[in-house]
This record gives sequence, C-alpha cells and structure tokens, in this order.
Amino acid sequence: MTGRLAVDIAGIRMKNPVMVASGTFGFGKEYSDLIDLNMLGAIVTKGTSLKPWEGNPPDRIAETPAGMLNAIGLQNDGVESLITEKIPWLLKFDVPVIVNIVGTTADEYVEVARRLDGVEGVAGVEVNISCPNVKEGGIAFGTDPAMAAEVVAAVRKVTRLPVIPKLSPNVTDIVLVAQACVDAGADAISLINTLLGTAIDAETRTFKLANITGGLSGPAVKPVALRMVWQVVQAVDVPVVGIGGIMTAEDAIEFFLAGAEAIQVGTANFVNPGAALDVIAGVDAYLERHGFAHIREIVGAVRSPTDGGKGD
Amino acid sequence: MAASESASISRPEILGMMLPIIEHAEVAAHVREIVLYAPELTEGVYPGQFVHVLCGSPAALDPLLRRPFSIHDADPSSGRVSLLYEIRGRGTAALAEKLPGETLDVLGPLGQGFTLPESATQPLILAAGGIAVAPIYFLGRRIAETVGCRRTTFIVGARTECLLGCLDKFSQLGRDVRVATDDGSAGYHGLASGLLEQCIEETGAAGPLVYACGPMPMLKAVAEIAKAHGLKCQVSTEAKMACGIGACMSCAIKVRSGDSSQYVRCCKEGPVFDADEVIW
Repeated sequence: MTGRLAVDIAGIRMKNPVMVASGTFGFGKEYSDLIDLNMLGAIVTKGTSLKPWEGNPPDRIAETPAGMLNAIGLQNDGVESLITEKIPWLLKFDVPVIVNIVGTTADEYVEVARRLDGVEGVAGVEVNISCPNVKEGGIAFGTDPAMAAEVVAAVRKVTRLPVIPKLSPNVTDIVLVAQACVDAGADAISLINTLLGTAIDAETRTFKLANITGGLSGPAVKPVALRMVWQVVQAVDVPVVGIGGIMTAEDAIEFFLAGAEAIQVGTANFVNPGAALDVIAGVDAYLERHGFAHIREIVGAVRSPTDGGKGD
Repeated sequence: MAASESASISRPEILGMMLPIIEHAEVAAHVREIVLYAPELTEGVYPGQFVHVLCGSPAALDPLLRRPFSIHDADPSSGRVSLLYEIRGRGTAALAEKLPGETLDVLGPLGQGFTLPESATQPLILAAGGIAVAPIYFLGRRIAETVGCRRTTFIVGARTECLLGCLDKFSQLGRDVRVATDDGSAGYHGLASGLLEQCIEETGAAGPLVYACGPMPMLKAVAEIAKAHGLKCQVSTEAKMACGIGACMSCAIKVRSGDSSQYVRCCKEGPVFDADEVIW
C-alpha cells in the first residue's frame, strides 16, 4: 500500500485511515487467523471498564432490514485483563491500538484512563459516552453536552494519550455535544455509535431482545451517520472519525468526502472478516483512479448539487 | 475442551472459503441438504462444530448477517461437507435459492465439538430435536467409525412425521432409531425428552452417555433428566450469533463459574457444553 493513505489522527500515526470499530473486532485476536492485523489503520478495542462487566442476558442481537440491533451490555473482562493480557498480545503487530473505555460514573472513566496512561501498546483512548445498552453511564453521558464535557475533561486530565470521545446519535443536536467535547479537550471525535431501537416478533408477540431496546448498526444507519459527520465537521476543528454502516470502499469514500479524516468499519466485520482490508484496497484504488495524490485531497471535498458542474 | 485440542493442527484455526456447491436438495418439507466440496474442511472438523455461512449474495445488504450451521456430515475421502437446514427465516430462504455450481462463502470450522466416548462398550443415547438431527447424525457416524460403540440409541424428535426426512441415514448406521412426534403421527407421541426418559429406563443400570442437540427448552429438559438419573450429558446449544468467531459477544450462554456464573460465547467456548455446566 502506498503512502497516500497515511494519516495522523490526533497524533496517532496510521498507515491508512481505516480502523475497526469498537465492539466489532474484540481485541484483535479473534480476527488474527483470518486477516493480517498489520494492514489496519488502527484497532479500536471492545469497550473496557474498570471491573469486569457481565453483560446483558440473551437474546443480545436481532437482525433487522439491512442492519442489526445489539444489546450486548458491554460484557468485558475489565482493564486489568486488558493491560496484562490483551494489549501485550497485540504488541507483536505493527498497528496502533485505541482502547475504548466505558464507565458507570465519570470517576470510573477516569480510573480506566489513568491506568492506561503509559501502557506500552496503547495509542489512544476512545471515550464511549454513547452505549445505549447499559443502565448507568454510557449514553447518559453522551446525550447531555455538559455531562459529555465533564467526562472528557476529567479523562483529559489524567492521560497523555489522545482522547477521542465517541458520540451518540440519539440526541437532538449532535453538534452541541461535539463542540462541548472539543471545548473540554477532545483531540478528535468519533461518530456515530448505534441508534436506539427495538424489534418485536409478531408471531410470538415478544420483544426480540431480552434488554427490549438495543443499538441499531449496519448499512441501515449510514445516511444518518453521514449527515451527522458532515454536520460535526462543519462545527469543530479537530479530526472527525466517521462510523456507521460502512460496508465498502465506496461507503468509506462518502465519509471522507463529508469531511471525516478517518473511518471505522464495524458491523461489516461480522459479515466479512476482511471488510476493512477490502475498504483499504478500494479507497487506494479510488485515489489512483481519480488521480489524487493523497487521501487528504478528498476529505471534505463533497460538492453541493447546486454548485453546478458535476464533472471534473 | 478435549475435542478442540485434538482437532487443532498446524494451520489457521479458522478458514474463510468460497466453496463450490455440489448438491442442494429437499430432503423433507422445508428441509434442505446442501453439499459443498471442501477437502480442507473435512480434515480438521469435529461433530458439533459449525460453519458460518453468508446466505445471501456477497454484495447484498439484506439479510445482512451470516448464519451458523452445524456440520451434518464431512467425508475426507470425497471432500464433501454437508449442511442440513430448515427454511425458517430470511437467511435460510436466501440460502435455499443457491444452485449447484455456485459457490458459498463459508467460515469454519468453528466452535468446540462433542467429546467422543472412550470405550466401545459405553452405551449411548443421541437425542435430536427437529433440524438438530444435523450434528447428531455426524456425531453418530463419527462414533460408529472410530469408537464403534455398539449400544447406541438415536432419538429423533419432530413436530410431525414429515420432518423426519433423514431417518434412513440413521438406520444405515445400523443403530436403534426411535422417533418421537409432537402430534403422534409417527413413533412415540410426545417430546423427545419424554422418549429419552423411556430409553434410559430400558437401558437399565448400564448408565448411558447422553448427547443432545435441539432447541434450548428441549436441551434444558434433557439436562434435567440426565441429572436426575446421574448421567453424563453433552448438549450442543444455540444462540443468536453475529461474528461467529468470538469477537462480538452476541451469542451468550450462561454457565457456572465457581460459585457464581458468567456468560460465555456459544461460538467459541460452545456450542457444545457439559449439560451440568450450563445454567438453564
């Protein structure tokens, strides 16, 4: 792969702007039999809390038209296991690892971030203020600009790592949340997390998820994600990482055109374990085909349909 | 688990493959058998393991997710791998459209299989509910060919007679095959678990090893019966699954963990568990 894909997101140098999204890639190990992890722009780990979390009862997922609902409930083994087992295992790969952190209180986010500061092999923290599937914390922080800012500012204070809040789309005005996060010291912004939804089985007259509600992801959410990325890009001056329903290189390019400097492939990993690699190859081919020397040339390059001339 | 240790050989544990479809036929109402040419897959695969299949076309966004299917048969000499499935929803409906000559996008072999009995004198009961005859047949065949247990009873439960599509195959294994139907249209009138109770009593003091695959309520009933009779029992569980390779934590099964419990992954630590390990 050529250097035209190399990017620097909040000080994290990546070979390409294609990461794998939190919760869809475990801690990398599960996919290492199937793809070369060295090829990825970055790995964003499964959400990690201070203590192990049990997660929600099953059923935890339901497929929906061109998408899926999940209510995993952030089952994870806690930050100690991450630091002593999962991160060391990843050291043999030449790929930045961004740890997605979660908590039920601002203090818990802070404590997880504090423990990760200085850990070899951790390139940054993505602050998950947007999980809709846990009773406390998560989305509660992401739907109120003041609370989002409080968590981001508190995490900012205890780590030298880049701090990247991951925003929830379940808000009236995502721009307000993004601005509050940037004002609180965010180095970049990831969006979107999942859209809150539910599914009902008509035959059995039962909710499909034990948690009743879950987070919608997959191609179905892409237009919402693309719109929100574009809005946030207009309003903040830090890099925006676009997430939401990216299945193909074409999807990714749409996010770059909307202004995202990097993207994350999420649900697509479940369908095609090589999805992120296919996206990388496809984006590179697009740059070649259109004669762009570097990915930055297409970031934010979307044109208004009323500007006239659609041809080059 | 012992099965996985002996199954591990020097190659990636999981293979991603485009496999040619050799045959695809209806074997009972709404039940199809799809046969794939997959020599690599036949070598390391264990009964109870599964493959994760992209049922729609690779570019289609709907149905989105792969579907897990237990291996129904695998024959290293011919390179044939067979899956047996019931057309139930959008995934299996899409799979049913596939034609011989086309290819199927498959990940596998996945999960932990059954641990085989150690002795040929060990009496066995292999119980299947509905479409779960798929892995039970493969298990029965593998046991017959390797351990050679002579006293093996198959119990096949179905809603109605017409679902009992592949019983001939079980008979070809030369074993005792018992049938239970919910509506009494064939064999024992009632659930497979009821027939299991009857079979255990017939076996007497010998203490059969019980293997079961079927819907979770059936497995729960089987586990309770086995426990009540003090029998060892392995069950192949099912759960809604996304990635199939242990990353997404969707397919949670609650198991004992010391004095407490924890959710483990059906796709990775399962789908086969000791019945007394699972919290039903």
